[in-house]
Amino acid sequence: MRDQFLRFLQAMTSSARDLAPILLVIAVFQLLVLQQPIPDLGRILVGALFVVLGLTLFIRGLEMALFPLGEGMAYDFARKGSLPWLLLFAFALGFGTTVAEPALIAVAGEAAKVAAVGGSIVDTAASRDDYATGLRYTVALSVGFAIVIGVLRIIRGWPIQYLIIGGYLGVVAMTAFAPPEIIGIAYDSGGVTTSTITVPLVTALGVGLASSIEGRNPMVDGFGLIAFASLTPMIFVMGYGMVY
Amino acid sequence: MELAQGLLETALATVWDVLPIVVIIFVFQFLVLRRAIPNLGRVLIGFAYVLMGLTLFLVGLEEALFPLGELMARQLTDPAFIYGAVAVLPAAVRWQDYYWVYLFAAAIGFAAAIAEPALIAVAIKAREVSGGAIGVWGLRVAVALGCGIGVALGTYRIVTGTPLHWYIMAAYVVVIVQTLFAPRLIIALAYDSGGVTTSTVTVPLVTALGLGLAATVPGRSPLMDGFGLIAFACMFPIMTVMGYAQITEWRTRVRSRKGVG
Repeated sequence: MRDQFLRFLQAMTSSARDLAPILLVIAVFQLLVLQQPIPDLGRILVGALFVVLGLTLFIRGLEMALFPLGEGMAYDFARKGSLPWLLLFAFALGFGTTVAEPALIAVAGEAAKVAAVGGSIVDTAASRDDYATGLRYTVALSVGFAIVIGVLRIIRGWPIQYLIIGGYLGVVAMTAFAPPEIIGIAYDSGGVTTSTITVPLVTALGVGLASSIEGRNPMVDGFGLIAFASLTPMIFVMGYGMVY
Repeated sequence: MELAQGLLETALATVWDVLPIVVIIFVFQFLVLRRAIPNLGRVLIGFAYVLMGLTLFLVGLEEALFPLGELMARQLTDPAFIYGAVAVLPAAVRWQDYYWVYLFAAAIGFAAAIAEPALIAVAIKAREVSGGAIGVWGLRVAVALGCGIGVALGTYRIVTGTPLHWYIMAAYVVVIVQTLFAPRLIIALAYDSGGVTTSTVTVPLVTALGLGLAATVPGRSPLMDGFGLIAFACMFPIMTVMGYAQITEWRTRVRSRKGVG
């Protein structure tokens, strides 16, 4: 019991260290640069305590649930040896975790406003909603597609750099044709799709697959799924802007 | 009371977010793989930890960091702060006047990446897979440096109003060239570290900075120029992680040569 408590305390300390830089930056800029007092210090301390506690629990849960689950499923799929089911699972995971992502919903709303100002859609609430929903499904589709490609790459052992460079060329080509007002949002959409729960799960899946398939190196082949998931949305969002 | 309500609402929202993932996993596990999940009890407890942890984390950020971070982004980009008490704003924007903004952008980009849970997760996995060759802190600091540089450059771009795609294309060229020379083991991880950086902590803080800047710099509009910071924060960690691996490799080579000679 005492041992466990000590371990927990240790984990809390390391989470506090993770949070320290951001508190420091805010304190320094507020007190020295802007030369203003920190408002509501008590509330900030309570909030910081929550963040530290939350981070500690999250990392514990990560090692108990998300990592073993992702890896376990990778082994089971490899043993079952059915490629179509694995790819369907990959697609479902990518699509399902993205479509309801709050950050994506926010970005899609912004994009609809920009499109209305730019004149690609009529500026009414209904048409903006339609546009935002369509965009959300487009991005979710692109992430599903990305995980499928990424899983195929792990199985076949394709070198990642050719696929990524191909993706970059796709982004550059689309940039030339996409309406200018969508470009900023398209570039940003790559970063917002990968949430805090998806990342560990997808990483564990990739590493698990690479370690259970003979001839694959988990370091060389296991990573890279997230990279695809943050590249394809850029291409798909610009495509959406062109078609709409 | 307000705090309790916030906790409850965030908890529900988090459960709602995680639900599709749980449904997909359980459907495939039981209908397709037809296997019981090993250590089901432990996994369920772990899931509960993840949900509770994420809820506390989000509520804490909402309570403590985001309001202050957003307020500071507004204050730092305020023309009254940048131009002092001068009543007339200069006709043309001088990018040098915004030095505090660049400094704040770099610092907040770095610090937010260090606190990012998704990055911690990937760093833990990378250490495990590499057998300890890639340290958790080494990777995180490399990514955070990239994020800081990226966000600072992104604010410079908003101030000057130069087109986003030229920066991104230049960054692509650098990444491709680095890929040719970087150790093969790091490449996939480096590409991953781009997308990992931008989640729970970074996105809201950085977005607030970008929108605040685009709203106050004369001649910029938040709708057209406020974007791009996330893209920068995604791009630069790829370079710094490959750079970190190249430096590590170079140092071991130098050290082993010294050992022989």
